[in-house]
Amino acid sequence: MTRPKNAIIRYTLPNRINHWITAICFVLLVLSGLSMFHPMLFFLSGLFGGGQWTRAVHPWIGVVLLLSYLGLIVQFWRENLLNRDDAAWMKSIGPVIANDEEHTPPVGRNNAGQKLVFWSMTLLIPVLFFSGLAIWEVYFGAATSIPVQRAAALIHSLAALAAIIVWIVHVYAAIWVRHSVRAMTQGYVTPGWAWRHHRKWLLELAQHGKTDDSRKRT
Amino acid sequence: MSDLQSQDYVRRSATTMTPPMARSHEDQVAKLIDVSRCIGCKACQAACMEWNDLRPEIGHFEGSYENPADLGPSVWTLMKFAEHENEEGNLEWLIRKDGCMHCEDPGCLKACPAPGAIVQYANGIVDFISDKCIGCGYCVKGCPFNIPRISKKDHKSYKCTLCSDRVAVGLEPACVKACPTGAIMFGAKTDMQHQAQERIVELKSRGFQNAGLYDPQEVGGTHVMYVLQHADKPSLYSGLPDKPRISLTVDAWKGFIKPLGLAGIALAALAGFFHWISAGPNEVTEEDEAEGERVLREGEEKAS
Repeated sequence: MTRPKNAIIRYTLPNRINHWITAICFVLLVLSGLSMFHPMLFFLSGLFGGGQWTRAVHPWIGVVLLLSYLGLIVQFWRENLLNRDDAAWMKSIGPVIANDEEHTPPVGRNNAGQKLVFWSMTLLIPVLFFSGLAIWEVYFGAATSIPVQRAAALIHSLAALAAIIVWIVHVYAAIWVRHSVRAMTQGYVTPGWAWRHHRKWLLELAQHGKTDDSRKRT
Repeated sequence: MSDLQSQDYVRRSATTMTPPMARSHEDQVAKLIDVSRCIGCKACQAACMEWNDLRPEIGHFEGSYENPADLGPSVWTLMKFAEHENEEGNLEWLIRKDGCMHCEDPGCLKACPAPGAIVQYANGIVDFISDKCIGCGYCVKGCPFNIPRISKKDHKSYKCTLCSDRVAVGLEPACVKACPTGAIMFGAKTDMQHQAQERIVELKSRGFQNAGLYDPQEVGGTHVMYVLQHADKPSLYSGLPDKPRISLTVDAWKGFIKPLGLAGIALAALAGFFHWISAGPNEVTEEDEAEGERVLREGEEKAS
């Protein structure tokens, strides 16, 4: 991949492949799931070959998503552990939203917002998976009682709505903070990006002389 | 069954607009099952199989007169046998013909996500339009009576149609026609209610003090009603629900959560858009790049 000389690798190729498998699954799940959630969105089932196909394929995509997200947890849990900077960052959410970097406390590799997205999904995806199993009629229709299935359907739809809103926040933040998308497609950020958005991470890289290393990584 | 009557819908699943209902000036019908007159012969079961061309798989003896063991995609009605010991210590054999109750407010239809897969005709019959069914099993969760069954072969949901095809051309349902004791009756719902009241008076005069009509108002009444000897305890009759109602969970899921959920999603997306046009993108400046480069350079110098 062609990258500028001063590029800093933020996401390695395995990171990125894993992320985008998850992303594709998530989008397909949102489209197929919403088609079965609200009648006005039933037309979305056409994208999957009709209602029967949508009903049949949705849970399988969910299985792939769960496995894929487990990969993301393994790769990213450590850098999403909470620390004191997160409280400071959350307190200055006003300046953050207003693009006022001068009044935003410096953060490490991830800010509290990114961690919130990570942990929200880490909670919601297993909830969606297990509630989804209970209402997977073809294989588990007889495995649980009808009251359990009713509760599962309700939990599944509420968790899905929460996950969709978290996902909107995630996608918008990536568009809003310019060149974040490039970090997840081409894998790199510029030193200026790191200085502006993740200053402590940049200082850490510089201090430990990790920048050369990290540049060599794919 | 197939979509024979498409202009007399009063309810249509997963539909936000008014369904075609111009031809809806029609009497409400009902089937009345007088449990006290049933002899458990299963002629109704045979007639149902015959008229609807249903052939359930041959099962195994399960230690009960019930045969097959449960309702199924090819078993739309089933005699259920309960042995009840009354207060005098006598055995009562309570035999109930189980099947779709054709609720006035059908939980299956409320839960169904496929437009037009479940409809209710003006005469009150609730019917599954199978080519539109997606096999999700939501109707199973919606039903307060545990009636619909999903086929493993074609992933479609099935239940009693109240012989909507026969009723549409002025015939009574097949089970009604076959019943040898007249325990199953069919007609206008008001007529059936009158009929039931006469029978209930008779039953009371014979000592069944709690005889009554099962037409549960929690689901708006049903288009299949029972005359029960013990109407105070419907659950004696192989678990007929005492107070059937659409589960609150289903009400929430299919009620306010649907519009609120979509509104929440739309609001989140709109909030993002308006943030973009007000605060705008957060872009890296040239000064940031200079600072970043400086930090990296200093780091490298220190290392070497």
